[in-house]
Parts: sequence; structure tokens; C-alpha cells
Amino acid sequence: MSVLQILDVGLALLVLAVAVWTIAAREIFGAVVAYVAYGLLLAIVWIRLFAPDVALTEAAIGSGVTGILLVTSGARLKSAGKASAAAKPGLSLHLSAAALSLLAATALAGVILALPEPSPTLAPEARQELAATGLGNPVTAVLIAWRSFDTMLEKIVLLLAVVGVWSVASDRFWGGAPAPLGRANPQGALLLLEQTLVPLGILVGVHIFWVGANAPGGAFQAGAILAAMWMIVMIARASEPPRVNSLWLRLALISGPAVFIVAGLAGIGMAGNFFAYPDGFAKPIILFIEAFMLLTIAATLPVLVAGPPRRSFGP
Amino acid sequence: MIETAAALEPTFGGPLLVLAILLPVVGVLLSFVLGGRFAERVALALAPVGLVLALAIAFLVWRSGAPVVYNIAGLAPPLGIALRADGLSGVMLVTAALIVAAAGFYARATFATPEGSTEARAPFAFWILLQGIWAALILLFIGADLFNLYVGLELLTFAAVPLVCLSGKPETLVAALRYLMFALFGSVFYLLGAALLYGAYGTLDIVLLSGRVAPLPAVWLAAGLMTAGLLAKTALFPLHLWLPPAHANAPAAASAVLSGLVVKGSFVVVVRLWFYVLPALPGDAAQVFLGALGSAAILFGSVLALRQPRLKLLIAYSTLAQIGYLFLIFPLASGQHPWTIDGWNGGLMQTLSHAFAKAAMFLSAGLIAESLGHDRIAEFTGAGRAMPVTFLALGLGGLSLMGLPPSGGFAAKWLLLRASVAAGHWVFALVLLAGGLLAAGYVFRILSPALADGSLVLKSPPQRSREHAALALAVVAVALGFAPQEFFDFLQIGRMAVAAQP
Repeated sequence: MSVLQILDVGLALLVLAVAVWTIAAREIFGAVVAYVAYGLLLAIVWIRLFAPDVALTEAAIGSGVTGILLVTSGARLKSAGKASAAAKPGLSLHLSAAALSLLAATALAGVILALPEPSPTLAPEARQELAATGLGNPVTAVLIAWRSFDTMLEKIVLLLAVVGVWSVASDRFWGGAPAPLGRANPQGALLLLEQTLVPLGILVGVHIFWVGANAPGGAFQAGAILAAMWMIVMIARASEPPRVNSLWLRLALISGPAVFIVAGLAGIGMAGNFFAYPDGFAKPIILFIEAFMLLTIAATLPVLVAGPPRRSFGP
Repeated sequence: MIETAAALEPTFGGPLLVLAILLPVVGVLLSFVLGGRFAERVALALAPVGLVLALAIAFLVWRSGAPVVYNIAGLAPPLGIALRADGLSGVMLVTAALIVAAAGFYARATFATPEGSTEARAPFAFWILLQGIWAALILLFIGADLFNLYVGLELLTFAAVPLVCLSGKPETLVAALRYLMFALFGSVFYLLGAALLYGAYGTLDIVLLSGRVAPLPAVWLAAGLMTAGLLAKTALFPLHLWLPPAHANAPAAASAVLSGLVVKGSFVVVVRLWFYVLPALPGDAAQVFLGALGSAAILFGSVLALRQPRLKLLIAYSTLAQIGYLFLIFPLASGQHPWTIDGWNGGLMQTLSHAFAKAAMFLSAGLIAESLGHDRIAEFTGAGRAMPVTFLALGLGGLSLMGLPPSGGFAAKWLLLRASVAAGHWVFALVLLAGGLLAAGYVFRILSPALADGSLVLKSPPQRSREHAALALAVVAVALGFAPQEFFDFLQIGRMAVAAQP
């Protein structure tokens, strides 16, 4: 056994242990912390499986954004005094859930070990087609060129999620802003973090977006990083969540899919098919679309975290 | 394999498929950014355009007698995504366009932005979510790629769940959260199964998969996971717990769309899975199991519907039972048997007639609740005389649910009954008959007090135009009973079960 293999086994055991911790934790906050750690460990697993794009996404979305969503909702539940009020599930429910999970996991493990070797893959076709797009990163080509239709529609899913979150507001608060993300007087450490990390984070985000055409990265991961920076700024109270009827906010939220659709429709004139790119111009068009996707993702995630409007719209 | 090659070639009119999906998507974006009254205007203006697109696609399918195919970006599967419209897609597209238009027309009174304000919460959300549901359904009806269909299922979930709690009452939030839990559980299982199929065959395209699928453990597990997930979304017994509170608590126009259309979206994906992706599996036992769950749903849902004191709950429980009939398509239309034509036509006819009948009944129930101020069935005495058109729509919808001639429900149940007898599935035949009797019982429970003599003062008379929207849908449900043979030939276009059998 080489050192790397021993490390892999250790990593796998650690992932399992943290997963058990997530389930067994008694406090919501403890469970969320465990869940965030679990996401980061999974990201390392993806790196070891040579899937850096998936690793970046797991770290940014699976661990980062989901983590802050869970922390904020946990805090709100606690302040509402509802965290422990719900009826605790009984032992039989625990046992049957455990049995079902164990059965599913065993079946999946058995089946995955029995999958054909070498596994059928589209990699040769992808490599062949990649040249036509002018991109160097096949993952970006899948997301923005070959399966762009899925990517565009996923942004509509995000937009509907925003509408869903906003729709549980009180009628009287409609048009207003969500509650602030942080306390009224932020501590010095938080301000320091905001002033030092945010400029760096914005640079990293823009870099990950820019290199995404040729290397691991892209609009989604970069958007998640920029979203995190905006959330830090809001937690430090250097800016407040925007009003839900702000035209600028709404334009930012739809710009990604809107530009995507316009480019997709133009494809039939320029390249003979919807969502096709003309030869030689694929890369600039893709980067143009991705820039607006970046904006939409960076705006959508903090809006989802900020929640429904809770303050009246008015002067 | 010749047929497989033909099904992969793009055809004339294919671009219409992309436009059909993008139309409501653009509507969502425009409504979101313009907001206020524009959300309503955009939705109502796009409804007729979408209907024309749906009719045009159905016409092209009918004229060529074969699926209409489009490869997005001109890139063929497995690297690209294809859209395919066949007979099943054609009828579902037109049905969705008609019901969304009727529900939108009906909802103008409930979801108008109030005078004096530029934008209000419930109207803003309603008109956007309605278009979101419509876009998702179109995608589910013509998607030909398992991951693309997953995106459609997600769109449908995120558009449908918030509609349930639009009124903001605490009990509706509980219903919506339960719905969300079931729907997300379904999504995860579906995605897991799709990933397994991709791992085994390196493609997500339905036609390509159908030519490669073999009875391996991975395929069986994928089929089980995806079916379980989709059944949770379709609310088939015993995964139905979320449906009655969700459908009974939503605003009437939303209930009509949720009960008439949304559950059919995931149902069509189950049909695609078993008849289009997996026909090569020796799945007789699984198909009979689905039929058995459907039978249990028919009996269980009908008996519970009989006991509901409130009209909207009764109609919601009746949806549980009527969903059960849909699943008889699996044992009765699988394999290569002469009766499968009846089984297939009967299952699809049930899908269509229930969509129109149930939408009409929920719209009528909304009018009754508004005019009476309550929907307690026991206090309906004299209501039939006070609002005759509303109760006519309710009764015609009920006629189709019972399966009395002439109605789409009768045609559906008659075809299913014929197929059950021919296939020797006597139990299904008995369940079909018992289900009809039970449905007659719960429809009678509504109409009997309403038609009794009595004086009743309405809080406000129902709006004539909204009554007509409900009545129009009920008339379509009845008119389906007069469908000519050409209509049933259309339903068979692109049905792959026979072609792909080894």
C-alpha cells in the first residue's frame, strides 16, 4: 500500500465519521458545523478522484452556501423558540430510517462495483468536439455549449426558488427588504475579515471565472465565491439586503438566463440551430454568456439566504 | 436498429419544440422583471400563443405520423440533448395549454393587483409560478434526455410548491413543506437512478438507452429508484400523504392546475421510463405491481373521498383514486399483445379526461366556496338552484370521474376494462367496476344536497365568465367521449413498446 492509498482510506473513514456526527449531533448548530466539514471533506474526495470542477462546486455550494443557509435558518428557528418544539421521532422511526438507508447504500455499493469496466464514456467524443468550441475545459463545454439548455433552465429553477422564498412574506412587507443578515454592531474581527477577505475573494472569484474556459472553474463556482463575499459584507453591515422590488436586483437575477436565451435564439440565425454557436465565435459568446451567469448566481444565492422581505417598503 | 436511427434524425418543424419551451420561460423572466400588473398581462397574452404552438406541434406529429425531433445546438445525442414530440406529447401539450389558459382566465379575479398599489405579493408570485409550471410541463412532455427531464421535474417542484401556501395561512405552510419533502425525495431518487444508467451505458438519451438496456443489477436498481421517486411526485398510494392537504388548501385556480396537470407531469416521465427506456427489461412482475398499487389507490382514495365533509378535500381525495387508474396502463399496455393498444389508449384517455374534469371541478369548487362562504357539503341545500352553471360544471366533471357515458372517463374506463378482460387480469376489471361505483357515491354526495329544494342566500353571485371557464373544461372532459378512431391512432404515434421488443 502506498502512502496515497493509506491517506485515501483514512479520508474515506473520516468522511463516514463526520457523516455519523452530522446525524448524531443533538444541537442544530453542531449538526450544521459537521455538515460543512463533511462537504469540505467530500471536496477533497473529488480532488482525489481527479474531478476538480466538482470539488470546487461541492466546496462552494454543497458546503459553503448550504452551510450559511442552514446556519441562518437554525438561528431563526432558535430565536422563534421552535427548534425543540417539534415532536421528536420515535425509536422505531429511527431504526426503520437507518435500515432503509443501509439497504440503499448496500445496494448502490454492490451495483457500482459491478458496473462495466472500462466504464462507457463520452470522453473521446468530447475531446473531438472540444476544438470546435475554442475552450480548453471540457466541463465548461458541457455546461455552456453541449448541454447549455439544461444550464439555462437550471437558472430558471433558481429564479423560481427566489419567487418561492419571497412568496412566504407578509403582504404588508411586499416591496420591502429582508431583515439584515448580521447584528447591529459588528465586532472588530468581523470588520477586519470584511476589509481583508472581501477584496481578495473578489479577485479569486473573477480569476476562477476567467480561467474556467480552459481550466477547472467557471461561472458557477466563481458566482458562489462572489456571493459569499457579498454575504460577508452584509453580515458586517457594510451593506443591507436589497428591496425585493428593486429593478437593479431583478435585472441582475434574470440577466444570466435572459442573455443565454437571446444568444440561444440568435443561434438559429448565426449557426443554423437554437443554442448553437457560429464557428470561430463560440468562445467569446460563451464568455459573454458566462459573465452574466456569474452576475445572476452571485446575486441569487445571497437573496435566497436573506429570505423574504421583513421590512416595509417606504422612505 | 433502423427505427432507432430514424428516431434520432431531426425532423421538419423541430425548432417549434424549443420555442414551445422558451415561450413560458421568457414569460417568467418578463413577468419577474416588469412585475406588478405586467406579470398578469404577460401570462394571459402568452397563453393563446402557447396554445397555437401546441396545436402546431400536434398537427406536425399527426401529418407525419412520426415523432417530431430536434437536436439542440444541432448536436445529436449522446453528447447533445434531443427533444421529441410524439402522440402522447401532442395531446398533453394541448391539454396543458388549454387548462393553463382556463385557470389563468379564472384567476384574474383572485389574483389582480389591487387598485392603488403597483405590485402585490400573491399576484406577483401566482402569475410567475403558473408560467413556471407550464414551462416545466412542456419540457416533461417533449424531453428525450433523462437529465433534461430531471431539470423539468425540478422546475415543476419549485413552481408548484409555493402555490400551495400562497394564502399564507399556517396550515398551508405545513402542507407545502410536506409536499416539498416528498418532491425533493423524489428528485434525489430519480437523479440517482439516472446517474446509474449513465454509468452503465454512457448516455442519457431515451432512444439510445432503449437500444442498449439489458437486465443488469444496475438497471434494475436504477428503475426501482427512479420509479419510487416519480411515484412520490405523482402521489400514488402509499406515497400520497402530501397530496390531499396540498391540493385542498391551495387557491382554486392553483388546485386545478396542481390536480389536473402537475401530477401528470411526473406520471408521463414514469410512462417514458417503463415504455420507452426500459421496454427490453422482463418487467412483467414490476408492471403488475404498479397496477396493484394503482388498484389500491382507487379503492383507498374513493373510500376516503366518500367520508370528506368539505368539497375541496373530497375532490382532492378523488384525485388520489383517479391517479390509481393511470397506473393500470403499466400491466395493460406492456409487452406485445393485441390488448395493449386498448390498454395504452385507455390509460392516456384517463390522463386527459381526468385533467379536464378535475380542473373543472376545482374551479367550480372555488366559485362555490366564494359564493357560499364555506365548502361544507352538508350545507349545500338549494345551492344547485342558486348557481346552476357552477353545479352543471361540477356535475359534468363528476360524470366523467364516474365513467358514465358519454364522457372521456367512460371511454378511458371502457378501454381499460376491455384490456383487463382480454389480458385475463380479472382483479383489475373488478377494481375498475368498484371504483366507478364508489365515484358515483361521492359525486352523488355532492349533488344530492345541492339539488334538493331549499332556500339559500348567496354572499355574492358567481361571476358568469368564471363559471364559463369551469364549464368549458368540463365540456371538453365529456366531449372526449366522442373521440373518433383517428384520435386513438394519434395516441399510438411514436409508441416504442412494440418496436423495441427483442
